Amino acid sequence: MLCIPCPWCGARDVAEFHCGGEAHIARPADADRIGDEIWAEYLFMRANPKGLHHERWQHRQGCRRWFHVARDTQSDRILAVYRIGDAPPEGDPS
Amino acid sequence: MRRQRFRLDTGGKIDRTRPLVFTFNGRRYGGYAGDTLASALLANGVHFIARGFKYHRPRGIMTAGVEEPNALVQHGVGARTDPNSRATTLALYEGLCAASQNCWPGLHFDIGALNGRLAALIPAGFYYKTFMRPARLWRVYEHFIRKAAGLGRAPGAPDPDRYAHRHAHCDVLVVGAGPAGLAAALAAGASGARVIVVDEQGEFGGALLNDGGGPVAIGDGPPAAFVAAALEALRGMAEVTLLPRCTAFGYYADNFVTLLERLDEDGPTGGNRQRLWQIRARQVVLATGALERPLVFPDNDRPGIMLAGAAQSYVNRYGVQPGARCVVFTNNDSAYAAALDMNRAGTAIEAIVDTRIEVEGEWPRLAREAGLPVFQGSVIVGTAGRRRVRAVTVQRLAGDGVAGSARRLICDCVAMSGGWNPSVHLFSQSRGALEFQAEAGIFVPGQAVQAVRAAGACNGAPSLADCLAEGGAAGHAAASDCGFAATAPTSPAVREPGHGAPATLWRVPVDRPRAFVDFQNDVTTQDLDLALREGYRSVEHVKRYTTTGMGTDQGKTANVNALANIAQTLGVEIPSLGVTTFRPPYTPVTFGAIAGRHVADQYDPVRQTPLHGWHEDRGAVFEDVGQWKRARYYPLDGETMRQAVDREGLAARSSVGILDYSTLGKIEICGPDAARFLNRVYTNGWTKLAVDRCRYGLMLGDDGMAMDDGVTLRLAEDRYLMTTTTGNAARVLNWLEEWLQTEWPELAVYCTSVTEQYATISLCGPKARAVLAIAAPDLALDAATLPHMALAEGVVAGVAARILRVSFTGEVGFEISVAADSALGVWRALMDAGAAHDITPYGTEAMHVLRAEKGYAIVGQETDGTMTPGDLGMDWIVNMTKGDFIGRRSLTRADTERSGRKQLVGLLTEDPDTVLAEGAQLVASAEPGPLPAAMSGHVTSSYHSANLGRSIALAMVRNGRARIGETLFAAMADRTIAAVITEPVFFDPKGERLHG
Repeated sequence: MLCIPCPWCGARDVAEFHCGGEAHIARPADADRIGDEIWAEYLFMRANPKGLHHERWQHRQGCRRWFHVARDTQSDRILAVYRIGDAPPEGDPS
Repeated sequence: MRRQRFRLDTGGKIDRTRPLVFTFNGRRYGGYAGDTLASALLANGVHFIARGFKYHRPRGIMTAGVEEPNALVQHGVGARTDPNSRATTLALYEGLCAASQNCWPGLHFDIGALNGRLAALIPAGFYYKTFMRPARLWRVYEHFIRKAAGLGRAPGAPDPDRYAHRHAHCDVLVVGAGPAGLAAALAAGASGARVIVVDEQGEFGGALLNDGGGPVAIGDGPPAAFVAAALEALRGMAEVTLLPRCTAFGYYADNFVTLLERLDEDGPTGGNRQRLWQIRARQVVLATGALERPLVFPDNDRPGIMLAGAAQSYVNRYGVQPGARCVVFTNNDSAYAAALDMNRAGTAIEAIVDTRIEVEGEWPRLAREAGLPVFQGSVIVGTAGRRRVRAVTVQRLAGDGVAGSARRLICDCVAMSGGWNPSVHLFSQSRGALEFQAEAGIFVPGQAVQAVRAAGACNGAPSLADCLAEGGAAGHAAASDCGFAATAPTSPAVREPGHGAPATLWRVPVDRPRAFVDFQNDVTTQDLDLALREGYRSVEHVKRYTTTGMGTDQGKTANVNALANIAQTLGVEIPSLGVTTFRPPYTPVTFGAIAGRHVADQYDPVRQTPLHGWHEDRGAVFEDVGQWKRARYYPLDGETMRQAVDREGLAARSSVGILDYSTLGKIEICGPDAARFLNRVYTNGWTKLAVDRCRYGLMLGDDGMAMDDGVTLRLAEDRYLMTTTTGNAARVLNWLEEWLQTEWPELAVYCTSVTEQYATISLCGPKARAVLAIAAPDLALDAATLPHMALAEGVVAGVAARILRVSFTGEVGFEISVAADSALGVWRALMDAGAAHDITPYGTEAMHVLRAEKGYAIVGQETDGTMTPGDLGMDWIVNMTKGDFIGRRSLTRADTERSGRKQLVGLLTEDPDTVLAEGAQLVASAEPGPLPAAMSGHVTSSYHSANLGRSIALAMVRNGRARIGETLFAAMADRTIAAVITEPVFFDPKGERLHG
């Protein structure tokens, strides 16, 4: 049971959160001019790394804000949290 | 009732002034407060408790704790019966009732015991090999196999007990209150940190509870005095919580530890039976002790053969002699202490059989001084006795085998010790690494991953002094890491005989022994060898093939012996095999505790509309829609569901029907960018929608698949009210907020759920306008002022209301929304106003029929997450030129544009009285062709329509719109039903009634 440090509310139990999957998936702006493959890449393809993973989470049962989490999928440790619109922390966030 | 023949006159922690009566296998026995069921049975000389899982061999009590593999009993009766209860942890209470399990007709005469004679024929994998074919007969086999190889029975009635959940936070969680745990708690508690100390036993002290006045002393006194002083000190610390009878069974991420507290150990209570704790600890100290290993020798499973530490515990803690004549079999010094205590209590020690050639430590010296015979370098090579061990045969170890004359020793008890396995279960669950110490043959905690420390016997500490020192240091360090300053504790002086080095002997080296490794699942060394001969190499595979360690005890006494035997047979080092994964729970947890209060009425919230009581009074039958209760139909006296739904549907088209629509999701969407936002979340255009008008919208996922639909009203320039399907309200709100926050943060839009703030009442039918006019005399309701898809604000039945001219039935319809607490008055006023027109309340079933007559798809019924607007025949609502919207690009993907997609069509059965089954698969031919049959589609909605006088159905059919007129066949289990593909609109296809 992860304890997630919401950037607005502080550390809360994972039961209050909703995981929105991989972060920093850019939605193609020029959708009409791109091929099916690029659109499908955006729609369907997600990384499943062992180790550092950047994810979107929402504090659904709390402030309802979305934010980013850098998590090590192997150790299940949260390495950093940062707000939507912010770039991931430089280098190895651990 | 007989005297407790094996009860000592003095000693132990039982209360001889509180005698208790209990029943085992229908027979009454006496015991004392402080007993476990096991100790009380032993006091009465009852050793034969159970039958083995597979061979049904007689089994007795092997341990004195949670690791017990044999003495599993059916505890309690009726709805409170609990299978697989360990007699060794079941605290005795007045009237306790327990029985043996896995035997029929009875323990002493058990038909299944024939398996024991056939053991050679049922080795590991027997069931897999024998009952594989023919596959269809597995169901027959399984019935008998499960009956024969069973454990206890689950209760047949609902659980009458209550269970509680509790959440807590602490600075330091100490698991285990033996010497190391108490020292840790004292050190952490002294710092002022918030400390929780849990122990699975009713009394704190752990291994110290088993001391029987031997040579061990802590400080100036016996171990019991240390325990008492420690508890007194801990109780005086305001921030320290002590939780006895509480097992830490799960260790999860971020120091989240789950505990099961037993509150019913004095018998069933009126209150909570058990409490599940969920604790988030900043630091954890594991002081979980060690569990003794059995020795692996031929026929090592007879009743009367138990672990030496258990025998010692029964003597010292419970005042019970485990036998009159005992043979001790060991590879280490700890069993000598047990032998000395048993000897002092009057049990004759026939011999101490020690596998070690050199036996020269302090404990053996004490044993020899007490006159106990020690057989060095010797092993037990066989045992005798059916329902209780009668004798053992001893030989000397020589080289890789045994040699010399076999010596037979008469006994009624064998106390064995194969060494002590640190209880690393929780540490391993915390994802910490384990290390193997070859000399003692044990796994100990290695590198920790979480904020956790192991201390004492669970850390491999060899002596009591080490346990106390490690515990104190761990408690101090844990508190320090939480920011609590304290001086480092000084460990009390300990007087204890030194322990000599143990030897490992993973199996007694005799030919073809039937030596049990996993007692609960009846796995022998022969089974392990067979698995290896058959090519299994991974320990995880051997485990599953032989079922080693897969019983309710999770192999607490079996796993290391099994691992070592596998390694030995393969000729590899134990660490190279790895260790099987430790998973929660450490000991079994009841479903009741996991569910807690989330049962029955509190299982899931029930949502009722403000009109629920009216529906109830009217005799409505309800259906669940998400968490909502919705009136499905209102049967009059003697009416069937079909009759009621027919009547309601006819009324709605011939006169006027009234429907409670309050469950529709309602979301207010406000802000200067609200119109732009709606343009992006719906497929159609929203910028031109005027204030006081509304529009139907279809929402897609970005994959282009229909996700939700509903009517959205424009209340003001910057304010909209979106409605969603009943079950999707929360999902849609989440969806909107996700896009606003993550993709379009530049849009100034705010979403607010107002579902429960408004009640919505729908009137429909040719008389709807006349009825509403009576209740709302000031409103202009004519088609010119309030045309289809217009809205008006006004007063209905004296209450401020919003009136929306919409329809989900194809009739003239009005939706009247009022503040939720005014709903009942408005509903009654409308019922009164409609009395002259025989206004008819209709439920969701008639609503479904009416909309299906019109071919209106329901998102979630016609759709399953793979339907595009085109599939639903709703291209008309997609505006590809207005700019981007969610799902737009996906509508031109090759897959969404291809031919052969399923499309929404109508179906009319050849027989008008036959109603197809929803979900039925559709095939092109009535004759079975080559398999697999090509599926043409499936039925999504199907009803009898009273207005049409026949059955109707909607279906998703491949290329359906091009196949209108074709006949398809619904494939049922026993027949096919012919139906013709039609347009999906069955009633008023031109939509003339809507605008009346």
